[in-house]
Amino acid sequence: MSNKLVEFRNVSFRYGEEQPWVLKNCSFEIYKEEWVAIIGHNGSGKSTIAKLMNGLLFPQEGEIYIDGKLVQEETIWDIRKDVGMVFQNPDNQFVGTTVQDDVAFGMENRGFSREDMLTRIEVVLDAVRMQDYRLTEPHRLSGGQKQRIAIASVLAISPKVLILDEATAMLDPKGRKEIMATVTGVQEKNNVALLTITHDLQEIVQADRVIVMNEGEVWQETTPRTLFSQQQELREIGLDVPFIATLANELKQAGIPISQEPLNHKELLEELWTLYSRT
Amino acid sequence: MDIIFKNVSYTYQQNSPFAHKAIDQLNFHIPSGTFVAIVGHTGSGKSTLIQHLNGLLQPTEGEVWIGDYHLTPDKKPKDMKKLRSSVGVVFQYPEHQLFEETIAKDISFGPKNFGVGDSEIQRRINEVLPAVGLTEDFLERSPFDLSGGQMRRVAIAGVLATKPKVLVLDEPTAGLDPRGQREMMDMFYDRHQKERLTTILVTHSMEDAVTYADHVIILNKGTKYMEGKPEEVFVQKAALQKVQLDVPEIVTFLDRFEARFGVSIPFTRQTEKELASTIANVIKEGSVHE
Amino acid sequence: MNNAIVIGQYVPGNSLVHRLDPRTKITIIFIFVFIVFLANNVWSYAILTTFALASMFTSRVPIRFILKGLLPVWFLIIFTFLLHIIITKEGTPVFEIFSFKVYSGGLIQGFAISMRFFLLILVTSLLTLTTTPIEITDAIESLLHPLKRVKFPVHELALMMSISLRFIPTLLQETEKISKAQASRGVDFRTGPIKDRVEAVVPLLVPLFVSAFKRAEELAMAMEARGYQGGEGRTKLRELKFGKLDIIIYILFSTVIIGLILTRN
Repeated sequence: MSNKLVEFRNVSFRYGEEQPWVLKNCSFEIYKEEWVAIIGHNGSGKSTIAKLMNGLLFPQEGEIYIDGKLVQEETIWDIRKDVGMVFQNPDNQFVGTTVQDDVAFGMENRGFSREDMLTRIEVVLDAVRMQDYRLTEPHRLSGGQKQRIAIASVLAISPKVLILDEATAMLDPKGRKEIMATVTGVQEKNNVALLTITHDLQEIVQADRVIVMNEGEVWQETTPRTLFSQQQELREIGLDVPFIATLANELKQAGIPISQEPLNHKELLEELWTLYSRT
Repeated sequence: MDIIFKNVSYTYQQNSPFAHKAIDQLNFHIPSGTFVAIVGHTGSGKSTLIQHLNGLLQPTEGEVWIGDYHLTPDKKPKDMKKLRSSVGVVFQYPEHQLFEETIAKDISFGPKNFGVGDSEIQRRINEVLPAVGLTEDFLERSPFDLSGGQMRRVAIAGVLATKPKVLVLDEPTAGLDPRGQREMMDMFYDRHQKERLTTILVTHSMEDAVTYADHVIILNKGTKYMEGKPEEVFVQKAALQKVQLDVPEIVTFLDRFEARFGVSIPFTRQTEKELASTIANVIKEGSVHE
Repeated sequence: MNNAIVIGQYVPGNSLVHRLDPRTKITIIFIFVFIVFLANNVWSYAILTTFALASMFTSRVPIRFILKGLLPVWFLIIFTFLLHIIITKEGTPVFEIFSFKVYSGGLIQGFAISMRFFLLILVTSLLTLTTTPIEITDAIESLLHPLKRVKFPVHELALMMSISLRFIPTLLQETEKISKAQASRGVDFRTGPIKDRVEAVVPLLVPLFVSAFKRAEELAMAMEARGYQGGEGRTKLRELKFGKLDIIIYILFSTVIIGLILTRN
């Protein structure tokens, strides 16, 4: 059995004959239970990737496989069971008139029994820590809470991969933190691969791998650590460099021999401390 | 224009079972030409506050002065249009307010309402268009054919074209990518300086507040929680955390640095480069100073 | 401030009327609307009024809510009453005001018609006061179910209704936001000549439509991603329960109908 869950083979896509290519010859793989982040500036094609993965769009060239199945008209309903998606706008994906109705929506579509739905609603609301809001109406929820419900709704159908397509972009910092904490918890407890699409470099620190998109092409496939060390290049393609990476770089310039690219404050402080104790 | 809030409170749906006090006894004075950041959580009263600045709301208690315009619970300026032409507001996701067939018409919409003549409008368009990073060949296109970021620039150009003296920005960079965010904030800062504007920025980003603001007002549950210069306000980590606000990342780092090294580096809104050289000194010489 | 948005007039509660299957309520009200016109003497009116008032008291909805529902039609009720007094010249003259004779027939007719109005409004507002909009939607879907055979899009209609209910508060918020943004750009929605005020609506409506279309597009995509492919093979979380209570109410209501038929002339 292969561990490959998602495979893009030379995928190119554009919205119409006359339109420019949004994706150009993209190839990459995502493995089971892995956390992959896709990052890129607005318009780099990163959201198109998500929509191709569950047949909301189809590529003009190349093939996409999800758990060995080719994505095409005949398979999309099976594939959408395996690929769960959370979109950017918290309001425009909330279908139900209450939280539990919304969580149930996907299960209703797949003909789950009522008893089954009720137990699953409990479980998934628990997983996103929204158990007290079962009967709440959407306009009484914050953006972050709505997105947690969207995650719960997707988990309810036990997908193999969970895609967050800029799911935090419209949230305030508090909502963003809630979502990242929720996602981390979900990743630990469920056997699910995670694909987070973002332009916020802070959000990729925990990912196992990063795919960097630029102008519709896979610019790089790497780890967060290696990526952080390429500051000049990141800025050139319109991305930001986290504070800690910038500082580490400036320290190097100031003659401090930093050997390992730090991912967080602790790592940098430890290294500095080692250097400090030596002098 | 100086902005003064004197014991200002605002209650939504007063005298109803749904009455809800959004701001409570606010007092502050923003001198003309200041760049102020207003920081607080969703629901802290920020958006209610800014709606007082151009008379969209009248206080239910207290009084507001915007230059010579005076707002109290039972008195509003006679010439509301004039107040609104002096105070430009860029709302969250301003691209949602676009409606005209062409970009030129949409930018002209505000100035026209405020009675600005055609030739003057044309002059202003020519001025604000490059300021927001657009070119003249956009003018006759439909705003709805643009990308999200470009639409936002058009909407902002529409506000700038009214030539406001006070510019109110409600999270103007939400949803943009990092480069877009930086470009937009730099553009507003540039405008602030060149036009000698009084700028009021509502933001969640402590980093933006540190980078651009002369003065910070922290709101919590409708009241003023803290106020002062960024370097004074943002070092009060405990107080900020009490209301679940972050401090700028650099402040957190300085704290941790002190905990590990026992050496205190003061926060002076230094750049990463400046900080790196201070740290280098500590490591090489064992002290903050050379 | 968002919490103040209430759709419909639903007054939460757990009374017998609240707990009835919404289908039962709709069916009974539907029949009631017809049989009100069968009443033609004191006794038949008494039976219907008793039924309506009894439902009202069991629902435990505060009277002021019910009166609020009647408020817009009070005028109509009184107007019909007066009209009948003036026009009808049957029966014996009862009294005279300003040399105008009021006949007993006019009084009776006027009273009867106003009573019909009053009863109709009372029972229909009881439905909306004790049933959430979504329950009404579910009930309509279920009641219209037989029409599926003739290809009537029952499921789609119900889905449309429930999505509309879901998005009403969102669109209200949006309207407020856009009108504030345009007011800041110098639009005056409140004063000035009518022509200007009508024109002022354009900058409000265009953005609203644009955003509603965008929402619809995104929502459709989200629904598809969540496996929506029409009503076929779909199960439902919300279920309507037809219970003992409903049977009792139907029996009760049948006796009302029989009583009505027996007492009318």
